[in-house]
Amino acid sequence: MSINRRQFLKIAGASTVLGLGGASVVNSLKRGGLEASQMSPDPKGLVAKRWGFVVDVSKLESEEDYKRCADACHNIHNVPVFKNDKLHEVKWIWKEPFENTFPGTEHEYMSHEFKEKNFLVFCNHCAKPACVKVCPTKATFKRKDGIVMQDMHRCIGCRFCMAACPFGARSFNYLDPRGKDTDGTPLIKVENKTFPTRMIGVVEKCTACYERLSIGQQPACAEVSNGAIVFGDLEDPNSEVRKIIATKYTIRRKPELGTQPSIYYVIGGSEHA
Amino acid sequence: MLEKALIGSKRYWIWIFVLLGIIGVGFIAYLQQWKYGLGVTGLSRDVSWGFYIAQFTFLVGVAASAVMLVIPYYLHDYKKFGKIVILGEFLAISAVTMCILFIFVDMGQPMRIMNVVLHPTPGSVMFWDSVVLSGYLFINLIVGWTTLGADRKSVPPPAWVKPLIYLSIPWAVSIHTVTAFLYAGIPGRHLWLTAIMAARFLASAFAAGPALLILLVMFVRKVSKLDAGTEAIQSLAKIVTYAMIANVFFFLLEVFTATYSGIPGHAHPLKYLFFGLDGHTALVPWMWTATVLAFLGLGLLIFPATRQNEGILPIALVSVFVAAWIDKGMGLVIGGFIPNMFERVTEYTPTATELAITVGVYAVGLLVLTVLYKIAIGVREDTAGEAEHH
Repeated sequence: MSINRRQFLKIAGASTVLGLGGASVVNSLKRGGLEASQMSPDPKGLVAKRWGFVVDVSKLESEEDYKRCADACHNIHNVPVFKNDKLHEVKWIWKEPFENTFPGTEHEYMSHEFKEKNFLVFCNHCAKPACVKVCPTKATFKRKDGIVMQDMHRCIGCRFCMAACPFGARSFNYLDPRGKDTDGTPLIKVENKTFPTRMIGVVEKCTACYERLSIGQQPACAEVSNGAIVFGDLEDPNSEVRKIIATKYTIRRKPELGTQPSIYYVIGGSEHA
Repeated sequence: MLEKALIGSKRYWIWIFVLLGIIGVGFIAYLQQWKYGLGVTGLSRDVSWGFYIAQFTFLVGVAASAVMLVIPYYLHDYKKFGKIVILGEFLAISAVTMCILFIFVDMGQPMRIMNVVLHPTPGSVMFWDSVVLSGYLFINLIVGWTTLGADRKSVPPPAWVKPLIYLSIPWAVSIHTVTAFLYAGIPGRHLWLTAIMAARFLASAFAAGPALLILLVMFVRKVSKLDAGTEAIQSLAKIVTYAMIANVFFFLLEVFTATYSGIPGHAHPLKYLFFGLDGHTALVPWMWTATVLAFLGLGLLIFPATRQNEGILPIALVSVFVAAWIDKGMGLVIGGFIPNMFERVTEYTPTATELAITVGVYAVGLLVLTVLYKIAIGVREDTAGEAEHH
């Protein structure tokens, strides 16, 4: 379609008037104290004062158990998989042995088995997140329900948050995640069209499946964990997470740093543990 | 005054074109990084800051060191620095320019740099660092240009510039303090989590910056009629000496706390830097080179006989400068990431592309410095000529 100059000016003029009208509607909404997020919440959406996780590693037995949780997350969130490039890998949830998950707590008399026992690690959604504090653009921020979010459209890729996070939970897109691996296969095997892919040069991490919570679903890792990952409201004394925390001994990663992580680990294990 | 930079000898123009050539190579390397992303560097998930941020950190110190001339000259009326205070201010402009470029080339999404201004975040130290750095650049541009302009007309600088000069003193301290706070406020990185970081940064800056400045002053004396005089050089050399003593002392304080307390997390990064960790030893030779150079430089500076010998003095200054560069430009930033948050060691080596970009940025800094110094020298040679006529 081609238009001449006169037509173009007409359309441009009309859109300007309409644009101004649009602005006044927005202003009237602002006066009413409405925010975009409050416009139409899904009634099925899950809400909490402070979301948190309990990870019971005694319920994670085989390699398959860990892989199922990680794959569920990475597949639906279009996390690129680098086969041979560990330096540039992107990961939201993965396994780490006890001695690496809780450095400084292992000791010489601990059984080899326990030292090597794998834990699932992901963003702790800290109550006082160091990453949020340092971000120069508020690209990473804490929601009212405690989820530490990442706005991949605002992130400038300075990686201050990666330096600040004491849990190594954040990944940077050093290479184009929509691109191909060294062997020519796409980094994202099967794209989930309902979740955005990222562009190069931004930081990403676990977002506690905010998109699933808003339609009433549990986080993907919890859903497939066979009860090893329990998700719930830490501020609600009757929630399942609080009941577990009240009855079992739980530990958190690096609590001494004061970031107040929201993942509680139940070690459990064998009778002699 | 800019026209002074357009008239020069054949050697001047060769130097300018050599710099432009290096900048061109760096720019092509940057285009490659632009296309493929920071994956072309040696950076990784574990060592997420490297050479760029380290150079930035080091050069903030060089920029701040101009204050070591401004304080004696403007606060203590130490006239001997009169001829070279402008060289300090222009060095600061060149250094801050490089700082800004190093931040820019380190960004994953450089086109979004204005987000820092659009979404100002006073809780972020990086926000404040951008504020103080750009402020420092403007202060030095205005002060340097105005005082030199007044000098050309052989009149005293206008009264309004005095408050700016005084402001530049705490401002210089602020740029390096805020830069230290980028590191010193982060939980979980033991090498950085130390209250003495800002003090150490300033000491290292006031050693390395003036050391570079003396070398520049000596070079300027060789190629032009602008002679700062022996006394000015010796005074600056004493400043370098005291600052380097403080720098080494502060570093040893870190070593004491980390090793005597015996807390593993505190000792690990230092162990990695000086002895290697889990068989990884990439930085060990560098750190020992820095150690040897630091003590060699100090030794030559402390004894008056060697310090006053202008054949030996440059060796001492180069030693101090290189030692401080290795300490901050390699050890401090990289050491903070090793071991990682899971007590594992991932080492970092800059790639050729990364080095080409780094050298390119340094060439931009040198070009800015060359042009500014050419102007300053031109003006000073003119006024000196006039003085002889009268």
